[in-house]
Amino acid sequence: MSLDTVKHAAETPDAGQPWKELGLKEDEYARIREILGRRPTGAELAMYSVMWSEHCSYKSSKVHLKQFGEKVPENDAMLVGIGENAGVVDVGQGYAVTFKVESHNHPSYIEPYQGAATGVGGIVRDILAMGARPIAVVDPLRFGAADHPDTRRVLPGIVAGIGGYGNCLGLPNIGGEVVFDACYQGNPLVNAGCIGVMKHEDIHLAQASGPGNKVILYGARTGGDGIGGVSVLASETFDDTKPTKRPAVQVGDPFQEKLLIECTLEIFKEKLVAGIQDLGGAGLSCATSELASAGSGGMRVELDTVPLRDSSLSPEEILMSESQERMCAIVEPQHVDRFMEICEKWDVIATVIGEVTEGSQLEIFWHGEQIVDVPPRSVAHEGPTYHRPFARPSWQDALQADDAGKLARPANGAELREQVLKLVGSPNQASKSWITDQYDRFVQGNTVLAMPEDAGMVRIDETSNLGVAMATDGNGRYAKLDPYTGARLALAESYRNVAASGAKPLAISDCLNFGSPEDPDVMWQFAEATRGLADGCLELGTPVTGGNVSLYNQTGETAIHPTPVVAVLGVIDDVTRRTPVAFAEEGQLLYLLGDTREEFGGSAWSEVIHQHLGGMPPEVDLGREKLLGEILISASRDGMVDAAHDLSDGGLIQAVTESCLRGGNGARLVVPEGLDAFTFLFSESAGRAVVSVPRSEELRFTDMCGARGLPVARIGVVDGEEIEIQGEFSIPLSELRTAHEGTLEGLFA
Amino acid sequence: MTTRIGVVTFPGTLDDQDSLRAVRIAGAEPVSLWHRDKDLHQVDAVILAGGFSYGDYLRAGAISRFSPVMETVIEQAKAGLPVLGICNGFQILTEAHLLPGAMLRNNHLHFICRDQKLRVENAETAWTSDYTAGQEISVPLKNVDGRYTADERTLDELEAEGRVAFRYADVNPNGSLRDIAGITNAAGNVVGLMPHPEHAVEPLIGTGRTDGLGFFTSIIKKLVTA
Repeated sequence: MSLDTVKHAAETPDAGQPWKELGLKEDEYARIREILGRRPTGAELAMYSVMWSEHCSYKSSKVHLKQFGEKVPENDAMLVGIGENAGVVDVGQGYAVTFKVESHNHPSYIEPYQGAATGVGGIVRDILAMGARPIAVVDPLRFGAADHPDTRRVLPGIVAGIGGYGNCLGLPNIGGEVVFDACYQGNPLVNAGCIGVMKHEDIHLAQASGPGNKVILYGARTGGDGIGGVSVLASETFDDTKPTKRPAVQVGDPFQEKLLIECTLEIFKEKLVAGIQDLGGAGLSCATSELASAGSGGMRVELDTVPLRDSSLSPEEILMSESQERMCAIVEPQHVDRFMEICEKWDVIATVIGEVTEGSQLEIFWHGEQIVDVPPRSVAHEGPTYHRPFARPSWQDALQADDAGKLARPANGAELREQVLKLVGSPNQASKSWITDQYDRFVQGNTVLAMPEDAGMVRIDETSNLGVAMATDGNGRYAKLDPYTGARLALAESYRNVAASGAKPLAISDCLNFGSPEDPDVMWQFAEATRGLADGCLELGTPVTGGNVSLYNQTGETAIHPTPVVAVLGVIDDVTRRTPVAFAEEGQLLYLLGDTREEFGGSAWSEVIHQHLGGMPPEVDLGREKLLGEILISASRDGMVDAAHDLSDGGLIQAVTESCLRGGNGARLVVPEGLDAFTFLFSESAGRAVVSVPRSEELRFTDMCGARGLPVARIGVVDGEEIEIQGEFSIPLSELRTAHEGTLEGLFA
Repeated sequence: MTTRIGVVTFPGTLDDQDSLRAVRIAGAEPVSLWHRDKDLHQVDAVILAGGFSYGDYLRAGAISRFSPVMETVIEQAKAGLPVLGICNGFQILTEAHLLPGAMLRNNHLHFICRDQKLRVENAETAWTSDYTAGQEISVPLKNVDGRYTADERTLDELEAEGRVAFRYADVNPNGSLRDIAGITNAAGNVVGLMPHPEHAVEPLIGTGRTDGLGFFTSIIKKLVTA
């Protein structure tokens, strides 16, 4: 096997190269030649191809994403913004919190268990690389139709993978979502979020500066897993006798990751690193080029020193391998011995693979021969940028004109009753405990709220009771009807969920899941959704700290619904003031906050009863959301409400059902004046919540709402063992429980 | 002198911080013990915490059982040192033959995390004296290999000698034989159970109950009066 060295590449300018098979476009290949002033070596070509891929370079999305950096609200909580492994916000008392949501969609379809497991592993390392101790994870998931046979293959594997990895890491899983829709058939969405906490002074950034500093690779050995297109190169260029069918999906080892977390935190504690980066997509190519690029530029790596699981790997494969549970640290020479000692204590393999140099080139050697000589910025940060064409789809107007208002509504109490039972038992509205009970929500001993609460909440300081909360939301049906509004609704719902728990929303991370950027319809959806989200964040005062884009979620011509998932992070000064969803106290008064309008476009009701998707999604008034949030937070802090539940998909009846079942109490409700029972129960108007108010607090609470101009209506009382809608119907809790809690187990157990 | 209670950290132990916190909340001095260190640092009792030590590779608890710290724990447990094994700690105690039986994969094959009702059957062990026999408590359960099994003769012996310390009440979550959630050795100093009392020691956190605190107050009282 001959080695394609830099020297050899310079001498053989016309040698054919498999750039096309590696996914590069002709002009991209030409640009690489121009940057280097020669043809790239096989190793260089491999690095550019993977770093310039859509996944790593955001080449189709970045012209739109830049709005998140331009429309930045006044917010003094931001400590580190977009561009690092994850953003960091100040939560007070000297604490900083870092959080991010990422996608692992495609691998999870191919190999559900490992795809989902390594999704958790990857986001946890991102958080760790910022200097933070990971404290909780969340998992927003989307699957195809609940009764489709392939969903039975995909869902149990994904759930087991998230649990198998996260549970073994000792991170409580405190929230997320599960949504079923035929549009995700063949393209399930597995998004994974993680929250980490640190002291301000412990923030670490991914950069390599200081010539002479050592580059240390530590964690798992490097194997052949996760090598996608690069095996094309390995086999075509060098040796087609060796096995090329390596698993394209990475395989995770959560035990190794747990050791890596504890080892890394001990290294941070002793302040032994100058820069650090986790190894995720694009493996060492990404870590070395990004570290060097963010530093002074120069780095020399001896690739043959990398510890391998498979000694037959070629240098290109080592550069591309996405083997999990690895980190790369930049360490000053005097700290190297201590660094190694800590790794030894935790049984973690650590190897000096190179050093930071004076120059500005990233140079990689294989047994003394140079195989890479590139400006690192050109690999990591100066990839191609596409201004993809986009246009409002020709079908959009017809879709929006297909108003849900014309759908047949229940004619009497008996029909209403029947539709309520059908709704709360439908896969999307049913209890998700069959799934979430497979995740450990208790570990670390700080979990205050976890699913099915509106937001997950963890305590971060035992003395002061400071805590953080997170919710994730995204309604693809709304976004399909109107991507701009859909993205704002995702933001509004997530914001509302955090506020309902009593925490103050601070900042967001997003995971933008869309179809192919080469389709102008999809690109329009993406442009609209990012514009909506950026505008919304500006209005709400919650900056985007980072996130992830997942494109090409489509099979053939059919794209998924545009699915922007928004994670809002909030802070609460005293977790003992948190507000759960359960109606736990009989006799308390139920109040509906906000305005209820006839809004059924994209609603759960239209889906469950009529299998309909059309019209316009609910209106969004972010000023109103902000006011509602302030009221919910004040009421929580001052003990005016004992329970709160946001209203979103499924409307009021869904929220009341969940709160009643959770608290083990029924409710007697009266349809407020000016509303009909159907609209009262099923409307999905945004900016609303239902709260349970102790009688002693009633005046104080209604006075506060009145003074601040939030519409509020008394709708009933917590009482009995059934939900009764006066003059319409009643359903015993036991019947609701059977309908609501048996669905997923029936489908997947 | 304050009571010192050690909590062992193996590679892959997850609930060590929770156990240390529970010890502190109960009023004793928590001491971290390291798997490679044979020295128990003059602790008065030892807790083997939950988690996936050594990734549960080979078999849950099978590798940890051979660690240096366990040599001392096994030797001293036989001489009367109080030892509590929670979840993975229980699995380690059975692997170490300090307690009989073994844990199999849950009968439904899934990891399960739930608030679990338990009945305290034996309130005379070193770790359960603050409860009363027959008392029902609720603590979190979370595991994938939690199905207690043993041969019929062993089960009959455990029953006859009152060594079934806890049984699952209302639902048996994993197919454990005779609803067994936890057992004790004949002397009552070594107790193991699958559910997690250390996750139920503070109002608001976890289940929001403090039903698990009795484990830690029991041992402190025993050690103080000893």
